[in-house]
Amino acid sequence: MPALLTLCRQGKILKTLDFLFQRFVKAILVVLGVVILNFVLIHMAPGDPASVLAGEAGAGDAKFIAQLRAQFGLDQPLYWQLWTYLKGVLTGDLGYSYRNQVPVMTLILDRLPATLLLTGCAFVFSLVLGILLGVIAAYRRGSIADSVVMTSALVFYATPLFWIALMSVLVFSLHLDWLPPFDMESIGANYTGWARVADIAHHLVLPTVTLGLFFTAVYTRLTRASMLEVMALDFVKTARAKGVPKAQIIRRHVLRNAILPVFTFASMQAGQLVGGAVLTETVFAWPGIGRLMFDALLQRDYPVLLGVFLVTAAVVVLVNLITDLLYRFVDPRIEAAS
Amino acid sequence: MMKTRLSLLAAAAGLFCAGAVGAIAQEAPPVKGGALNMIAQPEPPMLMVGLNTQGPTLYVGGQIYQSLLTYGTDLKPLPSLAKSWVVSDDGLTYTFTLQDNVKWHDGKPFSADDVVFTADKFLREAHPRWRLIATTYVDSITSPAPNQVVFKLKKPFSAFLHAFELSSFPIIPKHLYDGTDYRTNPANQTPIGTGPFKLKEWKRGSYIHLVRNEDYWKPGKPYLDELYFRIIPDSASRAVAFEKGTVDVLRGGDVEGFEVRRLIKLPEVENTTSGWENYAPLVFMQMNQRSMPFSDKRVRQAIMHAIDREFIVKNVFFGLGKVATGPFASTTLYYTPDVPAYPFDLPKAKKILADAGIKPADYTIRLMPLPYGAAWDRMSEYVKQQIEQLGFKVVIQGVDAGGWSQKLADFDFDLTFNFTYQYGDPALGVARHYLSNNIIKGTPYGNNQNYVNPKVDELFGLAAGAVSKDVAAKAYTEAQKIIVDEVALGWLYEMQNVTINRKKVKNLVRTGIGLNESMDEVWISK
Repeated sequence: MPALLTLCRQGKILKTLDFLFQRFVKAILVVLGVVILNFVLIHMAPGDPASVLAGEAGAGDAKFIAQLRAQFGLDQPLYWQLWTYLKGVLTGDLGYSYRNQVPVMTLILDRLPATLLLTGCAFVFSLVLGILLGVIAAYRRGSIADSVVMTSALVFYATPLFWIALMSVLVFSLHLDWLPPFDMESIGANYTGWARVADIAHHLVLPTVTLGLFFTAVYTRLTRASMLEVMALDFVKTARAKGVPKAQIIRRHVLRNAILPVFTFASMQAGQLVGGAVLTETVFAWPGIGRLMFDALLQRDYPVLLGVFLVTAAVVVLVNLITDLLYRFVDPRIEAAS
Repeated sequence: MMKTRLSLLAAAAGLFCAGAVGAIAQEAPPVKGGALNMIAQPEPPMLMVGLNTQGPTLYVGGQIYQSLLTYGTDLKPLPSLAKSWVVSDDGLTYTFTLQDNVKWHDGKPFSADDVVFTADKFLREAHPRWRLIATTYVDSITSPAPNQVVFKLKKPFSAFLHAFELSSFPIIPKHLYDGTDYRTNPANQTPIGTGPFKLKEWKRGSYIHLVRNEDYWKPGKPYLDELYFRIIPDSASRAVAFEKGTVDVLRGGDVEGFEVRRLIKLPEVENTTSGWENYAPLVFMQMNQRSMPFSDKRVRQAIMHAIDREFIVKNVFFGLGKVATGPFASTTLYYTPDVPAYPFDLPKAKKILADAGIKPADYTIRLMPLPYGAAWDRMSEYVKQQIEQLGFKVVIQGVDAGGWSQKLADFDFDLTFNFTYQYGDPALGVARHYLSNNIIKGTPYGNNQNYVNPKVDELFGLAAGAVSKDVAAKAYTEAQKIIVDEVALGWLYEMQNVTINRKKVKNLVRTGIGLNESMDEVWISK
């Protein structure tokens, strides 16, 4: 019997490893596809980084622009530029920023932690609060609490992000002076240790809440709808008939079944969070990659743009991979079916 | 040697005037110490002003790098790294004597070799504007003594003494750049200059921190301990930053026009439009004259009459400007207001077209806005509306900055907007838009509208090569009259940039290059 159990476990591990390998290969192919597609799309757009750079250098004669094009390899055929870029990517070299004159990897690594911190906090904030409010609204369906939660969710779902951001700065920073309006930490304060952590946390409140509110509204509505659907199923009625306390039914039986669509949606939101971070980072002067991407787009800094797209795509693919693994954990039926 | 003595006297007078202005501006003796908080918007890609001359790069880089000269609000040359200069009577030899005891931020001594390297090698390769001047006019650059640099010209160039401002001629350390690839030189990330402040830290996306250069060549200066340039990408947030006291200074363009009106009324705040005289940005319409309707000057004249430029200044740019009368800004040398005028007169515009037998309905004009923000978009919409009142069909073609400069360089536009910095002398910032030899495909910032008039070429050439100021003035006056009559460009307005600061910040704007000037005289009252 123990030998049989061991065999079963080994089979399970092998299955999981096989699944992971397949998903990993697919993930690499997706990222590669994104890189090639982005490369072609960016180069199809009218305009050229050399002429933008020439303008920034104070003028631009044709000779100077040609010199810049040659220097950055922009005078080579497109397929050759793509091949050179792909070779670089495979060796971990994302190229050199035309405009900033530093390696793209350095620029991205400088800015990525700030974006991950902001989007990570916003993600957790919105997911936890959204599920909590969704459960409350479903649990107290038709009550005042349900109405308040759902109306607020609708308001935050419909209000533009930049407006919420600006209003929160005006109210909580300018008038009430409770929270810092921008930056990731107090410039010039030179805090260290826990004092620095507290300072960053203080600066994180407004951007996190602003970025998270829209998604909180989405998760609230989704959780409520999903919960109500599950609550109407027969097994819930059976549990009630058996006298299981309502709170326990909600926690153990309803929420666990209702959470899957929320997880699915959350994984899809990962990419949108990075996109939404462009606006939030702009208003709150948060030094992340969202703003780096926006500036690179305006200045036609192709290598930076491609690098940011690559990293974003990798993050989205990774989050999806983690979600797939979580599915198997949260709902064992998925694993059994596979 | 009369001229020589005059030049020396002028330099001395310049020094005296600068001192006198400073004395008047100061209410109390300067106080040492303190940090000045400003905004760098947009974030500069680098601080190396020899490779990038964008506004924010000059703003921050101007505290690190310096040039031979700077210019007063009256555009007269003032000493910077050159303490005096002598111009020969024939206008062919310029001799600069350098300041004593100047050191680079890495402790190496600054010398005439650095100036020769900058002029003869670095800027010739990396700076299109200086390359044009050097190729056309400069015969040789030598350093007969460690503190002396001599420029010998092939032919006289009346604007030569105006070509040594920071954005045109920043001095680069030879010991770090000679023999290297300038664009990928690691020193670009750790700039080493001779200025009053040194780079301490640049946290990209957040702030740039400069600290006092303890070995600065002006004894006892600078007064300030540190400068912070904060990166705040959103305009509304920048206004909040000033209001909340996070920053002490707002540079022209940091906040929207409607915010300027509000912020200048705050207590303990002052403002000035001074400090832009050397750049004098002038906004114009570029009408592609390669084909009808803009190849006919009467169409261009009609369009000038159809646009209410006062309306644009007052309502689109919130009064931050002045209607332009022609190609020269009113603060630029050799400006004359005595040129044909184009008051807003729609019936007259229609009559001009009717008299010329032009049927506007036959033409569709592609209008390409300058993609620099909402105010520029509003101006495009207003101009479209006005031109349509003449009967033309107008289609707005929106593009981003890269697409705009590409289309301009390819001459693929009918009508667009642009602005130019004048750099004090017309030969430096103005002539490039009107000379027929500057119609070069692939170049976005020349005579892209295809204006050709041999007489104008001759007059600009005559003025640029004049040794006498009177000869130059006469030629420039005549050129302005012709250019305005022919509407070579559609001049709209002179931009007015407002610097707003807290009153405790003293001596902030002292010269014609404004906040790009080394802030070695700036101090904060307690």
